[in-house]
Order: sequence, then C-alpha cells, then structure tokens
Amino acid sequence: MTVLLEARGVTKYFGGVQALKDVSLTINAGEIYGLIGPNGAGKTTFFNALTGLYQRDGGEIGFCGAALRLSSPHEVAKAGIARTFQNIRLFANMTARENVMVGRHSRTRAGVVGAVLRDRATRAEEAALRRRADELLRYVGIEHRADDIARHLAYGDQRRLEIARALATDPKLLALDEPAAGMNATETASLKSLIEGLRADGLTVLLIEHDVKLVMGLCDRVAVLDYGEKIAEDVPASVQRNPKVIEAYLGGAA
Amino acid sequence: MPRKSWLGMALIGAALALAPIVVGASLGNAWVRVLDFAALYIMLALGLNIVVGFAGLLDLGYIAFYAVGAYLYALLASPHFGIHWPAWAILPLGAAVAGLFGVLLGAPTLRLRGDYLAIVTLGFGEIIRIFLNNLNTPINITNGPKGIARIDPISVFGQPLSKPVEFLGITFSGVMLYYYLFVVLALGIVFVGIRLQDSRIGRAWVAIREDEIAAKACGINTRNVKLLAFAMGATFGGVSGGLFAGFQEFVSPESFGLMESVMVLCMVVLGGMGHIPGVVLGGLMLTVLPEAFRHGAGPMQQAMFGKVLLDPEALRMLLFGLALIAVMLYRPAGLWPEPRHRRELAK
Ligand SMILES: Nc1ncnc2c1ncn2[C@@H]1O[C@H](COP(=O)(O)OP(=O)(O)OP(=O)(O)O)[C@@H](O)[C@H]1O
Ligand SMILES: [Mg+2]
Repeated sequence: MTVLLEARGVTKYFGGVQALKDVSLTINAGEIYGLIGPNGAGKTTFFNALTGLYQRDGGEIGFCGAALRLSSPHEVAKAGIARTFQNIRLFANMTARENVMVGRHSRTRAGVVGAVLRDRATRAEEAALRRRADELLRYVGIEHRADDIARHLAYGDQRRLEIARALATDPKLLALDEPAAGMNATETASLKSLIEGLRADGLTVLLIEHDVKLVMGLCDRVAVLDYGEKIAEDVPASVQRNPKVIEAYLGGAA
Repeated sequence: MPRKSWLGMALIGAALALAPIVVGASLGNAWVRVLDFAALYIMLALGLNIVVGFAGLLDLGYIAFYAVGAYLYALLASPHFGIHWPAWAILPLGAAVAGLFGVLLGAPTLRLRGDYLAIVTLGFGEIIRIFLNNLNTPINITNGPKGIARIDPISVFGQPLSKPVEFLGITFSGVMLYYYLFVVLALGIVFVGIRLQDSRIGRAWVAIREDEIAAKACGINTRNVKLLAFAMGATFGGVSGGLFAGFQEFVSPESFGLMESVMVLCMVVLGGMGHIPGVVLGGLMLTVLPEAFRHGAGPMQQAMFGKVLLDPEALRMLLFGLALIAVMLYRPAGLWPEPRHRRELAK
C-alpha cells in the first residue's frame, strides 16, 4: 500500500486554545479515511491546516512522497488536494457549470490576451473546459441543473455541486467536510454510492462526518479527534468498540 | 452570430454615427460635447466595473488613474516641458503607467475588503490629487493648481481633431470628430470587457467576488487575479484620462476630486454592477441627464412660476440624490442588471 498523505505532529493554536495537538495520521492511496469526533474536536481545523487556509503552528505534511511546504490554498489545490466546506461555499450567483469551470482554474492557462483575442488555443481550452465541467456535473448527477444559478439548487444538489467543483481541480485527495450534513436518508444513500464511485475510480477520500452509519459503512479506516488530539485510529469496527472513543462521545453528550 | 443580432448591431452603428450630426444640427455643438463626455465617462465606468462589478473590490479612488493618464498626456504633449509626442504613442503609455499604478495601489490593499478597502482607495485617490496640486516646487512638474494649458489636441492621420473637417458636404466640427474617436474607443473597451467577462479570468474575478475562500480552494491565486483586476481597470482609466487631456487641451487637479470617483461609481451601481450594457446606460444617463437639467431647469421655472425660484445647480444635486435613493430602494441591482439577477428580483 502506498502512502498518499502523511501528517506528522500537526499543531494549531487559536490564542490560548490548542485546537490541534500533535495530530499525526497516514492516509493510504485509494482508501476512504474517516475523521470523526465530537463537535469542536478540531476536524475542520485539521482540514484548514491541511489545505493552507490556516497557517500551521507546528508539524509537517507529506503528500505524494514529498513535503507539502506550500503555504497558500491555491498551491495546495494545484498540488492535488481538493476540499469541500462544512457550510457550503459555492459561488452563489454563478451557474452550476460556471462553478465547476472555476474549479479548473489551476488546470487551465488562458490569460488576458487570450481572453480578448480568443485565439485558437483559448477557444480549444474553453471548449474542453466546458465539456469537462458537463462531464463532472453528470458524474455527480446534476447535469440537468448546469445552467441554473448555484443558489437556486436544492440543498443536496449544492453539496453535489461542491463535490463536482472540487473534482474539477483533478485532485489526488478529496477532503469532504460533513457532506451528508442536513441530508435525508435517500440523499445520504445516493451520496454514499457517489463516494464509493469516487474510490472505485481511484480517488483517495478524507471524510469528516457525523453520520455514524455512513462512516462505518464507507470508511476503510477511521481516526477520532477529541479536544484536538487523536485518540484512536483503526478500522471502523474496532474504533466503535474503543472505550476512549465511547468516553469522548458520551462525555461530549453529557 | 444570428442574423437578428447583426441587424441590431448595424442599427446601433448607424444611430451612433448619425447621433452627433443630428444632435449638432438640432441642439448645437454644446450637446455634442456632452456626448463626448458621455463616451469618456462610459469608458471610465467600464474600467471601474471590472474592479467593483466583476471582482467586487470597492474602489473609491478610481479617478486617480484618470488623472495619471491625463497628466501623462499633458506633460508629454504641451509647451510645459516643450515635449510634443503624438497621441498614439502617449495613450498606450498612459494605459501602461496607469496599469502600473493600479498594481501599486492594489498590492498593499489585497487583504482588505469592503469598507476598509474603500477608505484606503479613497486615500490613494486624494494623495494623487494632492501630489498634482503640489508638485510645482521645488521643481515644477505639474504646474500645481494652475494646471497645464495649451495641450496638443489629439491628431488622427495628421489631422488635429480640434479643427473642423468638410466631408460629403457636411462640416464636422471638432467636438464631432472627437465624438467619433471616443465612440470607437469606447466600443473597443466594451468589446474587451465582454470578452474578459466570459473567460477564465472573468470567471475568476466573479468567483473572488462571490467567495474568496472558496476561490482560493479552487486553485485561484487570488492575489494575482485581484491585482490583474486593479491593473485592467486602471488601464481603461488611463486611456480615458489621456483622451480627456487631449480633448480639453487643459488639465488641472480640480478635475480629479473625490466627487468624480463617486460619480463614476454611481454610474456603475446605478446602471447595474457587473453588467456591461447597464454600466453603459448608467454612464450615459448620469452625463446627459444632469446636463439636460442644468439647461432645462431655469427656463422651466421661468415658464411655470414666472421666475427662477431654486438655483438649478442646487436643484440638480437634490434631484440626483433623490433619484439615487429611489433606484437603490426599488431597483437595488441597478436599472439594467444582469438578466440572472433580474430574474431573482422578479421573484
Ligand atoms: N478561526 C477560529 N478562531 C478561533 N477559534 C477557532 C477557529 N476555528 C475553530 N476554532 C475553535 O477550534 C476548535 C475546533 O473547531 P473545529 O471547527 O475544527 O471543530 P470541528 O471538529 O470541525 O467541529 P464540528 O463537528 O462542530 O464541525 C473549537 O473549539 C473552535 O471553537
Ligand atoms: Mg467542523
């Protein structure tokens, strides 16, 4: 098994609060890796530290065998890590297709001169970009909404659109932050098969999710965060039985 | 392109070509001059539209780039330094220098948004004006508040546009000749704007406006793309400034005050932010209507009340303010917003 992502000792402070304490984890290529934990455990913070949205206060991240020393999110995206957001962040007034096209920004080249002159290379790039965007919309199952404004899409479709936009960056690792939040059972079931399809197509997925059934059914391995600390990492079945994990969840509920 | 839009374009072209002849014959050259200014302001508004409308960066000092273009023209084509470069050389240079200023202004403001950005850009605009006002000592560069006079008119194929020309039995006055130049250039800027909007760059601008964090996560280098917006907008401003200087044959710092920046911003907002036809409409209306009012308000009061009760100038500002409030209340997306926004408002 080849290692795709290796985080070592990732640390993040917010003022006096340590939101991430020495978090180390390894994600293998081709697996679905779950990241769970009670509210406020630091899951989203880990995503942000990983994708360059937050500056890390310590720790290293290795990606594809090399150190990911990039500081800005756009470089991380270009390196092959794409993400979605816990509270959907679409380009609300752009069409679904345009949203996905923006996702391919780092894989396309046209500049001002090309845009104004519309030379042959630019036209070809634009046509390919459109085709790819439509392909991805079909892949996530919302091709019929391609020309609709993102803001007008149903909630579940917005989640799908965000995934399509992330896929447009040609990622090696797709990080999903609570993709099933707010979805009903049917929507969750079809999201599950979408994510399984992604793995079947060779993508590695890092999944934050509160829906225990979804996590247990999808993930190859699961890490548990509690107060910024990784307290367990294992196959779903044993994580579920881990006393520390049960304690963390019950403690959080009490 | 379908036949219908060709026909539409031909009609617009004919109307634009005939406008100064008809207006000149019926209302006089003063009104052709108003049209000249309308074209200049439309170019300015289209430039600001890139920054404010597309990229969503509120710039209150935009007129500074107009000033840079105008003064560059004034310095390189007037007796002030005894330099007399041709317009075709100065205008591109002015565009480039203004674009550079756009980047210089943009760079320190990249982390700012909304009101903070507005205040910094406002300061920048004022700094440029104050520099122009004071750079007459110890070395006299800008001639200070007196401004620079006797600037060379713009020449096209050796023909100075300030001199009338006979053609097909019609006498084309200077303001009419300038009109044609300005309209051609304004159409060029409209073309560039439309092409940019519907491109990888234009989508990146809008993405930043819609959600900067998501834009970054999509692999957009937001710093570069924002700087590009500042630079492009400033470039348009610089070209219009150069045209203004050649047209007026005189520049002084007075023409580049905060009120001018606000006016151009009003054209963009009133017309329909981010929607090029709307911005053109905004520029046209806010140039022509106040002028019509200035000429019409006095005589109308005379006719209605037998005397002028209210100073037309004060009345003009009052009505302008009221009109702005009304538009923002009842058509918050502008008079002619993008169809997708309009659909939204109709709901
Ligand atoms: N930008 C920030 N500034 C200050 N504190 C923050 C910031 N972001 C997160 N935190 C804090 O860091 C801790 C971890 O938050 P985080 O959002 O990562 O949790 P989470 O595991 O994603 O929780 P949830 O399941 O509710 O999404 C919380 O205590 C939160 O209040
Ligand atoms: Mg979270």
